[in-house]
Amino acid sequence: MTGKHMAEYRDAGLARQLADRIKRASRRPVRLMEVCGTHTVSIFRSGIRSLLPETVSLLSGPGCPVCVTDQAEIDAFIEVSKQPDVIVATFGDLMRVPGSASSLQAERAEGRDIRVVYSTMDALAIARNHPDKQVVFLGVGFETTAPTIAAAILSASAARLDNFSVLAAHKTVPPALEALMSVEDVRIDGFILPGHVSVIIGLNAYRSFFGRHRIPCVVTGFEPADILQAITTLVEQIESGTPRLVNAYPRAVSEAGNRKAQEILAQVFEPADACWRGIGLIPSSGLRIRATYAAHDAGRRFALKTAEARPPKGCACGDILTGKKTPPECPLYKKVCTPMDPVGPCMVSSEGTCAAYYRYHY
Amino acid sequence: MKSDKILLDHGSGGKISHRMTRDLLLPAFNNPILAELNDGAIFELQGVRLGFSTDSYTVDPIFFPGGNIGELAVYGTVNDLAMCGAEPAYLSVALIIEEGFDLGQLEAIVSAMGRAAVHAGVSVVTGDTKVVPRGAADKIFINTSGIGVIPAGVQVASHQARAGDRVLLSGSIADHGVSVLASREGLSFQTSVQSDTAPLNRMVRAMLAVRPGVHVLRDPTRGGLGTALNEIAEKSAVGIRIREDRIAVKAEVAGLCELLGLDPLYLANEGKLIAFVAPEDADAVLAAMRQDPYGREAVLIGEVIDQHPGKVFMETRIGGTRIVDMLTGEQLPRIC
Repeated sequence: MTGKHMAEYRDAGLARQLADRIKRASRRPVRLMEVCGTHTVSIFRSGIRSLLPETVSLLSGPGCPVCVTDQAEIDAFIEVSKQPDVIVATFGDLMRVPGSASSLQAERAEGRDIRVVYSTMDALAIARNHPDKQVVFLGVGFETTAPTIAAAILSASAARLDNFSVLAAHKTVPPALEALMSVEDVRIDGFILPGHVSVIIGLNAYRSFFGRHRIPCVVTGFEPADILQAITTLVEQIESGTPRLVNAYPRAVSEAGNRKAQEILAQVFEPADACWRGIGLIPSSGLRIRATYAAHDAGRRFALKTAEARPPKGCACGDILTGKKTPPECPLYKKVCTPMDPVGPCMVSSEGTCAAYYRYHY
Repeated sequence: MKSDKILLDHGSGGKISHRMTRDLLLPAFNNPILAELNDGAIFELQGVRLGFSTDSYTVDPIFFPGGNIGELAVYGTVNDLAMCGAEPAYLSVALIIEEGFDLGQLEAIVSAMGRAAVHAGVSVVTGDTKVVPRGAADKIFINTSGIGVIPAGVQVASHQARAGDRVLLSGSIADHGVSVLASREGLSFQTSVQSDTAPLNRMVRAMLAVRPGVHVLRDPTRGGLGTALNEIAEKSAVGIRIREDRIAVKAEVAGLCELLGLDPLYLANEGKLIAFVAPEDADAVLAAMRQDPYGREAVLIGEVIDQHPGKVFMETRIGGTRIVDMLTGEQLPRIC
C-alpha cells in the first residue's frame, strides 16, 4: 500500500464522520469482537476507542497467532532448540513467550542457535548455507502465513534440502469463530473479521458460519477509517435487526480468495485438530504437514519430549481471548504480568490484547 | 520469565535497560552528577561548566545506507554533548577490532570519522586500539568520549520541562532505525531510506544563541521519540501531549514499519532533536532550527500539560487519544 493510499484511509475527516454516524445510530449496548490482532493494535494506536459511544464495546478475539499458541507447542519450540546441531529460525515475536520453564530468548542467552528471520525464505537460505546443521522453522500463524510456509516446504522438497523442516502449529480462523459461538458465557453481537486472512480464504469461507448463526459479520481492512466503517455497518445491522455478511474490504478481499495460495496450502497441509490456548481443542482448526512431506516435518523428525504443560496460574489469557474478560480484570495484569516479565502470551506479542492495553490504554 | 543472564532487552534503551541502570549501575557508582542521568554529565571544574559524555557503538551492519559506524560514533557523542547545552570540543576514540577484519573497511570507517569530526568542528585528541581474537567481538566496536564547555546562562536538563512548554521536533522520525533494519542481513527487501546520522551541535548553538533559556534538549536515539518523551515526562514530573499529524514519518519508513509491525515512535534517530521551550520562545527557537540544514523540517509537535505527571498522550490523526508508553524491550517484528 502506498503512503498516499494509507493517508486516504486515515483521513481524519472521514473517520470523524463515521464516529458521528456510530454515535447517532447506536442505542442499545453492543459487544463487537475484532478477531484479528492487527485490528486490535490499529484500534488502540489510532485511538478509536476514545471516539466510540459508551454503548459500543470492542472485544479482542483469538487473532494474535502467538497468543493462541498452546503452552505445549511453546514448550516443543524450546525443546527443539536444545537438540544437537539444530538452528532454530523463528519470527521475532515468539522469542519472549514464556514456556513452562524457559523462553527462546533465555535459551539464546544460554548459547542455543536461535535466529530471528523476517520470512520463511530467509530460513531456507540458512539451511542452504549450513548443510551440516538441521534448520527448524517455527511455523506459527493463520491462513496468511501458512501458504508462505507451504511454499518453503515445496521449495525445500524440490531442491532436496533435507536439512530444512518446519515445526508446525498453524491455526485456521473459521473453526475458531465456530468454537467461540459455543463457549459458555460469551456474548458477542457482531464480528469484525480479519483482513489479511480473508485475502487468502475469501468471503466464501465464512458463508456456512454466517448461515448457521445469523450474526452480523464484516470483513475489513486495517486503516482507522476501515475499522470505523465496519463498526458503523455492524451497529446499523444490529439496530435494524438485519444481520449480514459484508465485505467492507473489496479493494483486497474477493469472494473466492487467493486460489493459488489455497492450492499450495492444501498441497502441503491437511486439516487437523488443534489446541488453542484458552479455548482448548477445536476440531479441524489446525494444519498438519501431509505425510508426503514428512521429511520436512520437524514434529516427525525429532522425538520431542515435553512434560505435560499447564498454563501459568492466575493467567486469564483464555478468558481474554474469548472476550469474557478485559486485561484489567486479570489479577496478574500490570502487577505480575508486564511486557518486561510476561506471564501469558497475550502480554508478549505486539498484537496481544494485554500488551495493547498496557501500551495504549489509559 | 526471569533469567539470570543478560538478554538483548537489557540493551534496548527501554524499561528493562532503565531498570538495570537504576538497580545495578547507579548504586555502584553512587554520585549526584551521574544520578542526573542526562545524555552526558554536567559539572563544574575550576569555575568552568563542562559537558562530558561517552558512548560505545555496535551496529549491524557496520555500513548502512546514509553512513557507517564511524560517523555514528563521532556524531553520537557530539550530539550527546550538544544535548547537555555544551559546545563539543574534543573527542577520544577507542577501537576494538576483531582479528581478520578487512583493512580496507577499517580505513573507510576511520576516514569517515575524520571527515565527520571536521564537519562537526571537533578534534579527536586521544585514542586506543585493541585487537581481539576472532569471535571475541563482531567486526568492530567503537567507543567515543567527548568534552565541551557549556556557555554561561545555559541550563539545559531533562528534568526542566514545565507546564505550558512547547515541544519542538527537528524533522522526520525513524529514518536511522529503518535504514539499519532494512539493510541488516536476512532482510531481503530493499529500500532507499537513508540513515539521518548528522551532527546537531550547530543547530543547538543557533537555538541557544536566540534563547539561552531552552529547558530541555534531547536526541531521541535508541528507544526513539516515544521513549525520550517518556523519560522527560518522568524526570520533570509533567504530562506531555503530542499530535500524531505533526510528526513526520517518511512514506517509505511508514510502509516498512507497517509491514513489520514496528512503531516508528520507538525506532532510533541519529540526527534529530527535541526541544522543550517556554511558549513565548517557541517561534524564535523554531526559526533558528529551520535555518540549520538538519532542522529545515522542524515543527511544533505538542506541549507540556499540568496533569498526568509522567505520562505521554497522543492525539491521533483521526482525533482520538491514546497513551504513548515507554518501549519495554527490543521491538520484535511480528508474525504477519
